[in-house]
Amino acid sequence: MDLLRFATAGSVDDGKSTLIGRLLYDSKSIFEDQLLAVEESSRRRGDGVVNLALLTDGLKAEREQGITIDVAYRYFATPRRKFIIADTPGHIQYTRNMVTGASTADLAIILVDARKGVIEQTKRHAFVSNLLRIRHLVLAVNKMDLVDFSEEVFNNIVAQFHEFASRLDNVADITAIPLSALNGDNVVEKSSAMPWYEGSSLLYHLETVYTGGTANHVDARFPVQWIIRPLSNDWHDFRGYAGRVAGGVFKPGDAVTVLPSGFTTRVRKIYLPGGKEIHEAFPPQSVVMTLENEIDISRGDMLVKANNPPQSSQDIEAMVCWFSTKPMEARGKYLVRHTTKEAKAIVQELRYQVDIETLHKKEGVASLAMNEIGRISLRTASPLFHDSYRRNRSTGSFVLIDPGTHETVAAGMVV
Amino acid sequence: MCPAFAGAPPPDHGFRERQLTLLRGTFFAKRTLRDMPQYSLDHLDQIEAEAIYILRETAAQFQNPALLFSGGKDSIVMAHLAAKAFWPAKIPFPLLHVDTGHNFAETLQYRDAFVEKLGARLVVGLVQDSIDKGRVKEEKGPFASRNKLQTVTLLDTIEEQQYDACLGGGRRDEEKARAKERFFSHRDDFGQWDPKNQRPELWNLFNGKYHPGEHFRVFPLSNFTEMDVWMYIKREEIELPSLYFAHEREVFARNGSYLAVSEFVPMLDTEQAERKTVRFRTIGDITCTGAVESSASTLDEVIAEVAAARQTERGTRSDDKRSETAMEDRKREGYF
Repeated sequence: MDLLRFATAGSVDDGKSTLIGRLLYDSKSIFEDQLLAVEESSRRRGDGVVNLALLTDGLKAEREQGITIDVAYRYFATPRRKFIIADTPGHIQYTRNMVTGASTADLAIILVDARKGVIEQTKRHAFVSNLLRIRHLVLAVNKMDLVDFSEEVFNNIVAQFHEFASRLDNVADITAIPLSALNGDNVVEKSSAMPWYEGSSLLYHLETVYTGGTANHVDARFPVQWIIRPLSNDWHDFRGYAGRVAGGVFKPGDAVTVLPSGFTTRVRKIYLPGGKEIHEAFPPQSVVMTLENEIDISRGDMLVKANNPPQSSQDIEAMVCWFSTKPMEARGKYLVRHTTKEAKAIVQELRYQVDIETLHKKEGVASLAMNEIGRISLRTASPLFHDSYRRNRSTGSFVLIDPGTHETVAAGMVV
Repeated sequence: MCPAFAGAPPPDHGFRERQLTLLRGTFFAKRTLRDMPQYSLDHLDQIEAEAIYILRETAAQFQNPALLFSGGKDSIVMAHLAAKAFWPAKIPFPLLHVDTGHNFAETLQYRDAFVEKLGARLVVGLVQDSIDKGRVKEEKGPFASRNKLQTVTLLDTIEEQQYDACLGGGRRDEEKARAKERFFSHRDDFGQWDPKNQRPELWNLFNGKYHPGEHFRVFPLSNFTEMDVWMYIKREEIELPSLYFAHEREVFARNGSYLAVSEFVPMLDTEQAERKTVRFRTIGDITCTGAVESSASTLDEVIAEVAAARQTERGTRSDDKRSETAMEDRKREGYF
């Protein structure tokens, strides 16, 4: 079965948890005991109706404050598709969580309260989705019941959103859907309350939207993750390179170059985990490769096609989103983790910060604080074999780690 | 669908095209790649590839990992995946069983045979040892369980063996607190989880750095659902302990499920033993693992039953019922 990973973003009180609760409930992914527990809690809190948001707000603090704090992952399936939802909180201080949730998503649902229309947070969510290269957006205009299911209100919001989104270059399509998560209008079934709406329900759209995935099938990239040397009698001379294909397609017989050494050899065999031989390996498969020649290769090295190498450089230009409460330091030293490689790195320069509401570049900024996004130049102690993030999400992304606290302090996308 | 670079936006040919795409997804996926190159993976292949990646990453980033093995289906799937991840070499870390001593006999038989088949190393941490050393106090009364005590034994064993990462079979769909769990979950000096201060995880990048005394819990099955685990067991033809299939057993009703009659669970005067055809949906300590009435005696029947189930599998676990946030509370303290 097909798998679709999507992220959801909304501001406080947009009804995002209710919408997800509704998707899970109406697609029958909620079990009786979960529902009973939620009914019981709703009663205790005096919520009146069954509060579907309680299905997703799992942590104590979230239930107390009625907000979502951390990215939560949800699962449901229909006969057509499996879905993984990265449910991300919308408040300004949690931009980092949205970046996290968006990093593995193919589609994003951006929730808007029909009474409020497009607000600053909506723009931030659209900007982050675009930055993380989510190509398919759903603008879910929620709480339509509170604006009398008005077509005019809906059309105005869609127009506002398109005006902003026209500047987002990575977005391939935007689907706007009017709905009421509370009552289930246009969530799973098409609503009779909005006969003017001719599109499909949210679930039908999610089931049928063609995303084509995010993987690059052109530029062959294989970051070596682990060397398999059984040293047993049966496999005495076996030396396999384990890893996940990060781009392109590898076949036995292909001429490959090993980076950084530059040696060239051929792929001898490719095995799936457990030993089944295959004729082609492509993203996101985890495989083991053996090579024709014995070459010194270790974790962090990369196998690529000889005629199509990635950039290899110690100077990287990137957009970063800052995650840590401790701001980015000018000339600050960090560890960079990129594919299976780790290296020391120094922030050479903060070129500009992006104002996410206006998309303006602020130059002459000294540092990035938590949840801020900017462009930096990074100098690494050893070369990284990279592509632009636009070309390849796997070889174009990295995180920065504080060498003292070991915290993950930033996410980066190679420009 | 051509294997085009994902950058090109697909032309919208409308409904018919979407129907065709669906058809291709289900029908052509079964054909070999040589017939028709179509670089997409079935969802089970995708989550398997991800789990394998996490297992290899754990071996690479940590000095001394261990795989927590309970004899339940999730840990069996984990060990199966570990064997595949490092083939043709052996699993480069031991399996760790935290043993409450209150086991189903079938679990231990299965465990020993399975470990031998894999050629893996087994380490056992005994809750009884923790009790004998006075590290924990045994709960008393008919509702006593060693489930909570396991946490101390687990943390003691981690310290004693100096494990820096423990691989667990936890899944995010199991319980609401687990939905926020990372693949690489950081634990402080006291083995505690701080859900409000977790390391962000993006793309395929996992940060396993730690200070002395801290350790990690790693969850390769995070993106599996209960149904995925069952489908995977079927696809891989993994043998399971007989407890998962319908069998006759002396049980008694408590809290809406059936507990096995055993020397470890005293029955109340009002409770009555009866002979029922039951099976277990999860397998843990005998004192808190409830059975459901079932006639599902084959894997296909079990899967059909799981698909039709109206109760979560943890619905039969009394350890989760102690409070609304029972799982979060135990996880904070260092539970699996």
